[in-house]
Amino acid sequence: MTENTSGLDPKLLEILVCPLTKGPLTYNREAQELISEQAQLAYPIRDGIPIMLADEARQLDENS
Amino acid sequence: MTDTGIVFDRAAVRRHRDRAAADFARHDFLFQEIADRLGDRLQDVDRRFTSVLDLGGGHGAPIPELDTTTIITGDLSEAMLRRSGRQRPVALNEEYLPFGVNAFDLAVSTLSLHWVNDLPGALIQIRQALKPDGLFMAAILGGDTLIELRRVLLEADAETTGGTRPHTSPVADVANAGGLLQRAGFALPVVDTDTLTVTYTDMFALMRDLRGMGETNAVAARDQRFMRRDTLFAAAEKYQALYADADGRVPATFQVIWLTGWAPHESQQKAIRPGSATARLADALDADEIGADEKAGPEK
Repeated sequence: MTENTSGLDPKLLEILVCPLTKGPLTYNREAQELISEQAQLAYPIRDGIPIMLADEARQLDENS
Repeated sequence: MTDTGIVFDRAAVRRHRDRAAADFARHDFLFQEIADRLGDRLQDVDRRFTSVLDLGGGHGAPIPELDTTTIITGDLSEAMLRRSGRQRPVALNEEYLPFGVNAFDLAVSTLSLHWVNDLPGALIQIRQALKPDGLFMAAILGGDTLIELRRVLLEADAETTGGTRPHTSPVADVANAGGLLQRAGFALPVVDTDTLTVTYTDMFALMRDLRGMGETNAVAARDQRFMRRDTLFAAAEKYQALYADADGRVPATFQVIWLTGWAPHESQQKAIRPGSATARLADALDADEIGADEKAGPEK
């Protein structure tokens, strides 16, 4: 799993939504984050594992 | 099981599973066994599944009959996912599923949904994530699970401290389960149970195993202090006295409730409206019809 840090499994990317809003996610490859615009949250991806837990997500800056 | 309110401390559930991850392989027999049985049940379903969700699949036990490449494995515990070696892991909370509609044609779960506070809500989300005619099959621990342990802890607690607190988690019962599936919108719901009995050298060996499985008490209202030593020893003694077999080993019951349901689809058979029959049952059976107010005659 550790060598798989460069990306997220395409099948996963296709199927995942924001757990709070069920809205779409945008994949930020550089930051290894899945962004939910609606919830203003960024869910981290650690070693290829998307962490779809609200309490692990980063709150997005309102003016970014 | 209650329909509202927080019974389980989800953070504690996650901690228990995270902590169990390192040494899980020595304690995963129950998960292996249930995964095997799940495979047997899937074999009886004449269907090939191409997109599968395994909820609580961090146990990593292979499910026979399933092509591993099609499985997305969800678990509350990141550590369990890491050690599971599963291909497509997702850390998730079963109460807030990160999947859209029509994502899977099969959703399975082995021994994880009994830790969910909002089981009706989780079931609805699972049904929504299934394609029409998709199958849901889950094993959860039922109310007769650890019936021996709960009894001796309760009795020992009353004797040593004069009060009782919940030491093991409340579990679902069969009577509720069918209604839950139906209310969540599943078609053709089926509920049945398996009972497994595991024997241990003593109560402490059982408790070590429970901890190793990550199945330690996660009741939100649990006493934060450790259980008193004298209570524990009194309970172990009772366990031995009440339940030990000829070899001095003690049994622990695990009741597994199997939940099966289908996402609705027009091809499925449905019950017809009462009173809408166009032929008499007595004709179909070639029998004499006996009215409800008549007494059945003697056998002819």
